[in-house]
Amino acid sequence: MAEMRREYILNAVIVAALFAVPLWALMAGEPFIITLATRVALLALAAVGLNIALGLGGMVSFGHALYFGIGGYAAGILAHHAFSGTPVAFGIPGTNQMLVIWAVAMGLSGLVALAVGALSLRTSGIFFIMITLAFAQMGFFFTLSWPAYGGEDGLPIFVRNQFPGVNTMLPWELFLLSFAVLLAALGLFAVLRAARFGAALMAIRQNPDRAAAVGISPFGVKLTAFVISGMLTGLAGAMMADLTRFTSPAMMAWTMSGELIVIILLGGVGRLCGPVVGAAILVGFETLFGGWTEHWQLWLGLVLLGAVLFARGGVIGLLAGREGHG
Amino acid sequence: MSLALMLEQLLNGVQFGLMLFLMSAGLTLVFGVMGLINLAHGSLYMIGAFLCAAVAGATGNFWLGLMAGIAAAAAAGALIEVTILRRLYARDHLDQVLATFALILILSEGVRIIFGPFPLYLNVPDMLRGSVDLGITQYSRYRLALIGFGIAVAVGLWLLISRTRLGIQIRAGESDREMIAALGVNIRWLYTVVFALGAALAGMAGALVGAIQSVQVGMGEPVLILAFVVIVIGGIGSIKGAMVGALLVGVIDTMGRFLLPRAFATFMEPSQAMGVGAALASMLIYVLMALVLILRPKGLFPAHG
Amino acid sequence: MDSAVLELAGLRKSFGALKATDDVSLTLRPGEIHALIGPNGAGKTTLMAQISGGLRPDAGVIRFRGQDVTGLSVAQRARLGLGRSFQISSLIPEYSARRNVMLALQAREGHPYRFLWPVRRDRGLTEPARAILDRVGLGPRASVPAGELAHGERRLLEIAMALALEPACFLLDEPMAGMGTEGVGRLIAFLRELKAQAPILLVEHDMDAVFALADRVSVLVYGRIIASGTVAEIRANPEVRRAYLGDEETTA
Repeated sequence: MAEMRREYILNAVIVAALFAVPLWALMAGEPFIITLATRVALLALAAVGLNIALGLGGMVSFGHALYFGIGGYAAGILAHHAFSGTPVAFGIPGTNQMLVIWAVAMGLSGLVALAVGALSLRTSGIFFIMITLAFAQMGFFFTLSWPAYGGEDGLPIFVRNQFPGVNTMLPWELFLLSFAVLLAALGLFAVLRAARFGAALMAIRQNPDRAAAVGISPFGVKLTAFVISGMLTGLAGAMMADLTRFTSPAMMAWTMSGELIVIILLGGVGRLCGPVVGAAILVGFETLFGGWTEHWQLWLGLVLLGAVLFARGGVIGLLAGREGHG
Repeated sequence: MSLALMLEQLLNGVQFGLMLFLMSAGLTLVFGVMGLINLAHGSLYMIGAFLCAAVAGATGNFWLGLMAGIAAAAAAGALIEVTILRRLYARDHLDQVLATFALILILSEGVRIIFGPFPLYLNVPDMLRGSVDLGITQYSRYRLALIGFGIAVAVGLWLLISRTRLGIQIRAGESDREMIAALGVNIRWLYTVVFALGAALAGMAGALVGAIQSVQVGMGEPVLILAFVVIVIGGIGSIKGAMVGALLVGVIDTMGRFLLPRAFATFMEPSQAMGVGAALASMLIYVLMALVLILRPKGLFPAHG
Repeated sequence: MDSAVLELAGLRKSFGALKATDDVSLTLRPGEIHALIGPNGAGKTTLMAQISGGLRPDAGVIRFRGQDVTGLSVAQRARLGLGRSFQISSLIPEYSARRNVMLALQAREGHPYRFLWPVRRDRGLTEPARAILDRVGLGPRASVPAGELAHGERRLLEIAMALALEPACFLLDEPMAGMGTEGVGRLIAFLRELKAQAPILLVEHDMDAVFALADRVSVLVYGRIIASGTVAEIRANPEVRRAYLGDEETTA
């Protein structure tokens, strides 16, 4: 129980820090740091999505970049048509309203995740890892060679999309919006994990035969989790495209899928705030070491290797101990 | 379209497939015997190419470079097996994916530090320059040599696995890990040898392909992913599956890129057909892999039963 | 015979040339303990797997409460009321004993697609879980993760999970395995009480326990049922003595 209390406190500290750092940057007039914090929040959001499939359900998806990219292209394509005043298809107009874009991004990601999950969950182990990778590669090469929306050059978003009551061009307000969405996603993760659905999902991860023997069909539960997971990662992709005002095939690259897994592992697999810590470490590495040495990826690799070999629980595991399921 | 062009593309596909086989053979052996998913296999390919280019550049002799590339990849493979990967055999797939992903970062940056950020260029050896007359078409002498080389290595590998003591131990390791211990085999040694063998094949592929591509950091990962597609299609752990999968992927990918845009051009306007055809062609092998897994979840030639 | 809860008719299952299940028919009637015994490798595990749904028989029919369930999955059969325990302890290792039982309870109550209300505060789960754990004597150990329970305690938790499903019949796969004499004694008393709730198909190696508990015994040898009857009939059956008990009595 002491460990659980420690994790509550740790989570509160992590979330408070993610808010405090850009707040300080706002006072100090450092908009670049606010943008970095927004990046952390959105990468964390994408990883919270993956954490539902991977952390709770034990599904090692090596293709979540697909949903990240679908979200990104949903934002890019809708904004592109809104900007040019042309219809997307069949007379449907584009839009620059984030709420609409988010709904489309989540809807599309969810549909694709439903199809990919339904096919992939027939396999397991390395085959599951590889088939999810294969579907993401299909998306990657499709966007790379489909000429209509920029192909390998990607698609710029000239004017950042709108959200009611928020000036999305101001870094601080965009951060607040991203932070709020991240909090909502963390809340969703916590609620799902605590509910009957989460109990069934985590039981299936640990012992699928036992879950079936009490009457819980693993396939449906895993598929549902996979779809929710893809939708959240898709939402993160749409928001990331708006942050960088750019969407490109790189969002669907296999390295992006790898990074999302890395984020989860560094923070702590299945832990509520693991993705936030992991995303902060990754962005921190990129920024701090990236400024100091061009070979920062060497150091990231060493840290990651050390984490896998010697610190399986990630940062949260190190600080808060093992997870309890009292 | 002409028959000559078709033949040329087909040969390109076979050549590509054989090089993929060199990559896939090591990957599939390592998974079959040790149960390890090794994402860093592409880094060994890169190391082979870099060493070959550097040594060939310094000595002017491609063959010396090739030997150096193979030796360097094997040595690097043995080193990471002994120091790091050995600890991962008993871990779950997630840990293996992450640790070898970390190795990619480390090895890529290591190579960048040693060889600098710019691509190296590796020349085709003099005796293999130019083209050969195949009757209906001219074909690159070097690529033809790659086909011959690939077949020779495949035959050699088959002999090694079916006829030698080492081969018996490898096959025993694939079917039953406890059995090799019962046979009195030093498992640690066997694992290191298998890994170094796979690394040597990857390094060889990198060095050979390096002469027709630029040698640069990051060259290993696209090939790595294709090699995974190959072994998943073929059935993980099966050398025969790797061969069939590699040729399928090599030929389908090459022919798809060649034929699909032309096929679409018969009923679409040419510029649009090029785009649609190219987009679909680049997805083709992943569609193939998904289809194989959906119909045969353990690949075409499952190694275990 | 119409009132049989579970009925197997002409089950066959082969693995290559090996006939693991060879024309097996048996019934489980309300209120009885039907023990299935046989030497190692007789096909008991294969038969249990076919009843619970993990393996498809090559031929034959499994009827449960009059319904043909031969084509149903493990989870579907469990929802109909087949409560199974495992030969080798099969629990959710990171979950506490309480959460394991709660999982079984929530599965009995319906589908797992409830996304909002936390199970921890779900009195419909926590209260019955406490009662069931008390009943099998695991009350004081409710908060311990299943993976850290002692061997005998895990067997009891298996029973507790089967109880939580309130099944129409119990399939108990070697519940006595690895238990001390004292534990076996308590479990025998418990199972005698349990059969009033639902009949039990019991696979067990401990002959003393079987003879103390069973209303009927079927003997499986090389995938075939060579004899079926009351304890007294089985004890007296010369074929059984030769094939099975004979060995034990001469070696014991």
